[in-house]
Amino acid sequence: MTALTKLFRTTTFRLSLIYLALFSGAAVIAIVYLYWNTTVLLSRQLNQTIDAELKGLAEQYRAGGRDQLVRIVAQRSRTPGSSLYLVADKNEKQLAGNLSAVSPQLWDSVGPVEFFYSRPAPGGMERRLAFANVFRLPGGDRLIVGRDIEDRQELSRLIRSTMLWGLGVMALVGIGGGYWVSRRLLARIDNLSATTRTIMAGDLSRRLPVSGSGDELDRLAQSLNLMLARIEQLMAGLREVSDNIAHDLKTPLNRLRNRVEEALREPPDESSYRDALELTIEEADGLIKTFNALLSIARLEAGAGGDHRDRLDLAALVADVAELYEPVAEERGIALSAETSGPVLVRGDRQLLGQALANLIDNALKYGAPSASQGNGVSPEVTVRADHQDGMAEIAVSDRGPGVPAAERERVLGRFVRLEASRSEPGSGLGLSLVAAVARLHGGALRLEDNEPGLRVVFWLPLERDALLNETVASPSPGVELRTS
Amino acid sequence: MRVLVIEDDQETAAFLKRALKESGHVAEHAADGEVGLDLARTNAYDVLIVDRMLPKFDGLGVIRALRTEEIHTPALILSALGEVDDRVKGLRAGGDDYLTKPYAFSELLARIEVLARRTSPEEGSTRLVVGDLVLDRLSHKVTRAGEAIMLQPREFRLLEYLMKHAGQVVTRTMLLENVWDYHFDPQTNVIDVHISRLRSKIDKNFEQPLLHTVRGAGYTIRDSAH
Repeated sequence: MTALTKLFRTTTFRLSLIYLALFSGAAVIAIVYLYWNTTVLLSRQLNQTIDAELKGLAEQYRAGGRDQLVRIVAQRSRTPGSSLYLVADKNEKQLAGNLSAVSPQLWDSVGPVEFFYSRPAPGGMERRLAFANVFRLPGGDRLIVGRDIEDRQELSRLIRSTMLWGLGVMALVGIGGGYWVSRRLLARIDNLSATTRTIMAGDLSRRLPVSGSGDELDRLAQSLNLMLARIEQLMAGLREVSDNIAHDLKTPLNRLRNRVEEALREPPDESSYRDALELTIEEADGLIKTFNALLSIARLEAGAGGDHRDRLDLAALVADVAELYEPVAEERGIALSAETSGPVLVRGDRQLLGQALANLIDNALKYGAPSASQGNGVSPEVTVRADHQDGMAEIAVSDRGPGVPAAERERVLGRFVRLEASRSEPGSGLGLSLVAAVARLHGGALRLEDNEPGLRVVFWLPLERDALLNETVASPSPGVELRTS
Repeated sequence: MRVLVIEDDQETAAFLKRALKESGHVAEHAADGEVGLDLARTNAYDVLIVDRMLPKFDGLGVIRALRTEEIHTPALILSALGEVDDRVKGLRAGGDDYLTKPYAFSELLARIEVLARRTSPEEGSTRLVVGDLVLDRLSHKVTRAGEAIMLQPREFRLLEYLMKHAGQVVTRTMLLENVWDYHFDPQTNVIDVHISRLRSKIDKNFEQPLLHTVRGAGYTIRDSAH
């Protein structure tokens, strides 16, 4: 595709051409109308002038015959800026008038005629166009009365050339302008395309150029840049996850492989084989758990799952899950209590919310015990509270453990993130990210707070009341009344 | 117990057949949905193990077809799709239980044994008895050797489920699903702690333990004196 055809294909250039054609058409119509009207007006004036002269001269002729006519014509011919006159006898001899050197055609014609005549001008004679009426008088004499129409012709020529020049300039400016604007636009689009291709080639950090004019291309570029930022973020997340998968799945896989290899290397012994195989199954189960958690998070983040949302009471769910974990807490010497005050209705998936809550409580029980450095003043306790405020349902799980430093709070929601302090406890580092994904799917979020001392994880989502309100708003409006004629 | 395994992966099918045989069951195998449907129609099986993704005729389709023909052989669906939605779809198609791959064979075995026994008339009885342990489903009272045992509501339901399937192995996941209605992994082995609490209430002061741990599988309640 050559540069010119490419240019011609741009919308801007085509629009320019269309506008150019429309404006040219309009201009031509306007000028032609003007020209035509002017011509008609001038012709009428000319005819009237000549008619009036003729009438006057005819009267003189009738009153005083040829001599009187000759005298009057001679008199009028001397007036500056006068009409053109000629009185001649049948031998073509000029008797009076300011027309000289008459061409034979004019001599022979009768009635209105256009002809050229010569008149003295500075620097010699000049040929000019005239319009006249030729009469044959009794006795073979001729009377010619006319007007110089060279000026009128000049005007016509002027209008015509103005029209042509105007159209020419318009076309030139139109095409040139269209070309310029299109080129500018094309250059920006080409720039955008080139950048896009670079980005597609893998450089996700690149952004589309924004000129700063705030025009539609800028707005488009800004939107695309936001999209790119989101994609980059997702890609970074993906990369991080694959790195972490590499670490968190490969390490146990390697351990598993080593153990099997070791068992095979040792002398055959049923009990050591059995031990090795049992450990292998245990390791495989751990891997399956990690894998399942990863799949669940991926599905939740893709917006899948949670199709079974029912109206449910979070307070009841909190009591339920707390009851499930209560014996575990007791075994660990932690006081687990559920604090609820009346039902907290939400629309949600019981399994997902239950799992999220289970993960939070499990985390609190695992990592929420006061450390030795905190002294004996803090008693180990985990509190789960279901509440609502400002139209939001909230579940808060608080512990008395070492907490999470403010700087780390955002990070621990990521996949596979485990704080150094918690590495000794078994776990995949996926628990909180699963909870965060469940919260997002339900239109809520997760926030980590300081429980002074300890950690409080707040899981919030919209109350059911809002869902009901939305349903009412979305209900169809009453039907349009039908009118019968 | 006669089991039909409808599974397209030869190795998995061979493993299941072998393992079921070792557990004292008779297993037959169909490699695709069409053959599976034919076999399930013509022979009387106690349980069907149906892989969800099958060549020719998909697992859910097989079960749906059987159910429309009023063949109600209990069916366990095996699937790689493990989300709650998938499970619901499977059960809606007429499956009786749903197990996600990869699974432990002990889990599969416990589930099909419970499924096969599900049709027994014991289901409707109001009194469950194991040895000298008696659970009254109407009055919610539990006694052992005539002594009343006080149980929390959840403990009662746990015991009820175990006693309903007395003599059969019940896995932790089965308990979590049927007693708590949770279909997710609770990370910590919460079920073990609940069982040990229950055990301390029903077995502690008695010479003969009724609630047994089955290593690598789960729990079972049975009167070992008989």
